[in-house]
Amino acid sequence: MTPLIEARQVTKRFGGGLFQANSSVALDDFSLAIEASPASITAVVGESGSGKTTLGRLLLGLTTPSEGQVLYRGKDTRALSGRERRQFHRDVQAIFQDPYEAFNPFYKVDHVLEVPAMKFGLAPSRSAARKLIEQALSDVGLRPDETLGRHPHQLSGGQRQRIMVARALLMRPKLIVADEPVSMVDASLRATILETLRSLNQEFGISLVYITHDLTTAYQISQNVIVLYRGSVAEAGDVEKVVKEPAHPYTQLLIGSIPLPDPDRPWQPLMTRADTSEPHGSGCKFADRCPFADITDPRCRQVEPPFFKPQPNRVVACYRQKSSPTVPHEDLTKVLSEPGAVTDSITGLNPSAAAG
Amino acid sequence: MTSAQTINLPEARARSAPVVLQVRDLRVYFETARGPVKAVDGVSFQLRERQKLGLVGESGSGKSTIALALLRLIRPPGRIVGGHIELEGANLLDLTEERMRRVRLARIALVTQGAMNSLNPVLRVRDQVRDSLEDHDERCSGREFKARLDNLLDRVGLPRRVASMFPHELSGGMKQRVCIAIAISLRPKVIIADEPTSALDVLIQRQIMETLRIVQDDLGAASILIGRDMGLMAQSVDTVGVMYAGKLVEVGNVHDVFAEPLHPYTQALIASLPSLERKAQMQRIAGSPPSLLNRPTAAPFAQRCPVVLARCALEDPPLREIRPNHWVACHLY
Repeated sequence: MTPLIEARQVTKRFGGGLFQANSSVALDDFSLAIEASPASITAVVGESGSGKTTLGRLLLGLTTPSEGQVLYRGKDTRALSGRERRQFHRDVQAIFQDPYEAFNPFYKVDHVLEVPAMKFGLAPSRSAARKLIEQALSDVGLRPDETLGRHPHQLSGGQRQRIMVARALLMRPKLIVADEPVSMVDASLRATILETLRSLNQEFGISLVYITHDLTTAYQISQNVIVLYRGSVAEAGDVEKVVKEPAHPYTQLLIGSIPLPDPDRPWQPLMTRADTSEPHGSGCKFADRCPFADITDPRCRQVEPPFFKPQPNRVVACYRQKSSPTVPHEDLTKVLSEPGAVTDSITGLNPSAAAG
Repeated sequence: MTSAQTINLPEARARSAPVVLQVRDLRVYFETARGPVKAVDGVSFQLRERQKLGLVGESGSGKSTIALALLRLIRPPGRIVGGHIELEGANLLDLTEERMRRVRLARIALVTQGAMNSLNPVLRVRDQVRDSLEDHDERCSGREFKARLDNLLDRVGLPRRVASMFPHELSGGMKQRVCIAIAISLRPKVIIADEPTSALDVLIQRQIMETLRIVQDDLGAASILIGRDMGLMAQSVDTVGVMYAGKLVEVGNVHDVFAEPLHPYTQALIASLPSLERKAQMQRIAGSPPSLLNRPTAAPFAQRCPVVLARCALEDPPLREIRPNHWVACHLY
């Protein structure tokens, strides 16, 4: 079955034109496919500079790859006809970080809901559109009478962010790409917005790519997680396994840096070295910070590690897993679609092919 | 007015260290056409040498307004309408503007959230540090200055070559370190850090918090960390104060507050944190904070409180010491 959207061996570089000596690689040989059904939630976790936002923008068609292709229903997004493009922009919706900047302060909030409702012909009339809008607002837990007719500054950040979720929902998309949707809202509202996103997934069958720097919310909402480091996948797999038994030293570092809400469990001393500005050479991008580099394998600083697959639904780009079989980068989707709940490692190596 | 509560001041540290900062019944109002917005409404606390106080709350709870008030940087239509801010015995609210300018940075320093915006984009790091020293008449020879600058950069964990760099050449974490270096350049008694890491990644956040802790311990200063992340509080402070709608609703030793949060709002804040251990146990806090305009006398959290009492609609509970060194403003106790 043709996936809804697929990044196929995508590399994205910035800079490095005719007059610029260095280009920087934002995303490096990345492949991922998202099926229209069954609806999934995939978290993409990384720090700034990891390429996570670039990945989101590629999936949304907001930027084009330097190498490789982004395909919408099997067709390169650069070659879509006008009609296909409209369908693409309807099927794949975005929610961004800042619920303040997404609004034009001069318009009432109704505007951001009415325009797509009319433009995409979701409703035959203004009153029908109004009904749809009210329904979408109710679906995200807002009361239409308390929301519509107001200006953005009269609403809280949490309400505004939920309006953006309602706007996305209005389009009845197949996929929502949410880039840090809760990093600017208060803790008490974070739970509400994440719950809303999860219910869209469960009730309306909408897939979600949840992009964040925060592993804790990623753990709460997703089935699979992809950890990016400087444009490459460090580790990916079933979120339960990745969080409970992180295998890549970078994932371990990320998890170890989360401030636990318990003063009796303080941060453990870091084993990793501080970030140096630029990665050198051709080996593992994390080698400079890695406490295990060199002692693990001489290739750490020479050849970028391939994906090792220590258990079903799990890949780790680290030579510490070198006793496991390798899988090509293109097979990430296949690995991620394997059943993930198996607790023992290695034994259940039956790559049950991509579901649905 | 509930000025009675100012006799005993909430604190939760070994009572032997000298008190450096005492805030009593601080009130900051913002005048609007529809009446005053009470952003900070009767807040009292004190801070001893080396103490690490955290003020935690949602946006609009008044936590950042307290930071600005302590530095007397509230701008109209905001105004400090009442209270005392005593730093090493002198009431900052009585000082002339010129005296206050000298106190800032030298005695009480602020590290802000937007490290990106608090540095001058056209000055090298070296010149920004020199400016702040000269502004406080700390002139020194070229060689002395170089030694001082190197020492500051060492202490915040920056390579010395950063001195000749411009802000745009630095990462977010490095800029925040430069801000910390400037903040400690005159050896202040109190360091206020207002969401110093909210725009940074977890790894950088941790490094910045550790840097802050080290420089504070070096100086023997007290600190106030302002933020919204209970996890960061648990890792970084020894005393935590929970703000809600312009008031402190709970103050106590960080171990006590996390082991047994007394105020229903504190309980909800802790329960709303996403965990890495169990899925689907994030609790939402229904509703939103009350308007700070024309607020009736009632417990501020009453409308959202799961265990609200009849009294809560009538009386605003004062902050009281319910357990030794554990203060709460709630009718349940």
